[in-house]
Amino acid sequence: MANFIDQANKEALKLMQDAQPTLIGMGIAKDTLPGMRENLILHAGPPVKWEDMSGPLRGAVVGGIIYQGLAETVDEAKELAASGKIDFDSCHHHSAVGPMAGVVTAKMPVFIVKNMDQGNYAYCTMNEGLGEVLRFGAYGENVIKHLNWMEKTLYPILKEAIEIHGPIDIKSMNAQALQMGDEMHNRNKAGTSLFIREIASSIVKTNASEEDKVKVFDFLNSNDHFYLNLSMPGAKCTMDPVGKVKYSTVVYTMARNGTEFGIRVAGLGNRWFTAPAEIIDGLYFPGYSMEDANRDIGDSCITETSGIGGFAMASAPAIVQFVGGTPADAVQYTTSMYEITLEESVAYKMPNMNFRGVPTGIDIRKVIETQIRPVINTGIASKHAGVGQVGAGVVRPPMKCFEDALQAFVEMLDNEGLLD
Amino acid sequence: MKVNELFKSELKVINMGLESFYQDMKSQDVSAIHVNWKPAAGGNEKMAALLSRMKSI
Repeated sequence: MANFIDQANKEALKLMQDAQPTLIGMGIAKDTLPGMRENLILHAGPPVKWEDMSGPLRGAVVGGIIYQGLAETVDEAKELAASGKIDFDSCHHHSAVGPMAGVVTAKMPVFIVKNMDQGNYAYCTMNEGLGEVLRFGAYGENVIKHLNWMEKTLYPILKEAIEIHGPIDIKSMNAQALQMGDEMHNRNKAGTSLFIREIASSIVKTNASEEDKVKVFDFLNSNDHFYLNLSMPGAKCTMDPVGKVKYSTVVYTMARNGTEFGIRVAGLGNRWFTAPAEIIDGLYFPGYSMEDANRDIGDSCITETSGIGGFAMASAPAIVQFVGGTPADAVQYTTSMYEITLEESVAYKMPNMNFRGVPTGIDIRKVIETQIRPVINTGIASKHAGVGQVGAGVVRPPMKCFEDALQAFVEMLDNEGLLD
Repeated sequence: MKVNELFKSELKVINMGLESFYQDMKSQDVSAIHVNWKPAAGGNEKMAALLSRMKSI
């Protein structure tokens, strides 16, 4: 007979399998995210104070303050950030996720993704593209100008287009993209293409000028990662209900703030288990090396937490040219993840794994028992604010996060008199 | 089977534990496979004890 932990995990896995992430609209962070306000800046990963933030996160905060209109110069922005007048909090505490630095300010537009199964929401900003961008810690004039274009032109057109189109099924789009060579973390070429195909006629039907519509199409077409900011809230709204399942040993959050890596486990509620984030041994762009790299950063490993991303690398062999290794390594990464998960996804099937479902539901007991840590593929940010991306690679969470969580879990059971 | 007879016959070896034993077999053209086995929690006694307590439920 299954014990209460097994039963809780069964419930957690049912929530993951039954989740129906659906893009239902867009809004402004302040009007949309729970608890969002003018002087609050959200960031990726577990909570971190300004004085402990790494270069790229500080850079993104400075850019966010200038974009929000709270300061005019970089020096003013830094002074304000350090003054205590700005509150910082984890995106995850506000039903949101953000790639890399993950900075969200009050006036930023966000996608609204609803889990139709449980009725909960998740939010994410729009992807800015590559190069000089806020999420990698850049805060120059061009970054702010681009953010303003996204707010004033891209957002109203996409918002109107989504209203014309109606809800877009992210789960179905993920499943299709997976069969087209994406894993929805660092490869989003198919997902972005599918999104453009789906939304195209609705964009044409908006009241925007022809010139602006062309600019929107050109931007979407130029940004292979645009879909990441939809797959992430899709994964977030899939995982959040899992966090309420008492006695479940399933990991429902993995996230990094550039200083620390943090995980949260369903049966342990909102408590973070953190350890110093690792520096990634990956493929560096010409002229850069590990010495230039910041520690692991971003909420994007919510994809791996839900079973896609690095867990589905077997289905995205081309990604090894970006993160390093061979297609055989990609298969090996996916295969090894079955050792630490509880089920195979019913919806997300991988053709070159004989249509096996992606490994789903990380169990902290299995991670400790096998000593196999979850595999995450990721972009690498420069440790210096304003430089941007310097490479990509494969990284794993520190084992200490899982060890501390397991210990806390046993203590919790002990305190409740549930252990011999 | 006596040990001497065993070593006179063709050996098919399954190795668990130290991989160097498997490599030694291979270098002598002995048919062998290596099982990727580790003790629970990689031998971390504290973690193994915690896992054991949870299994007692």
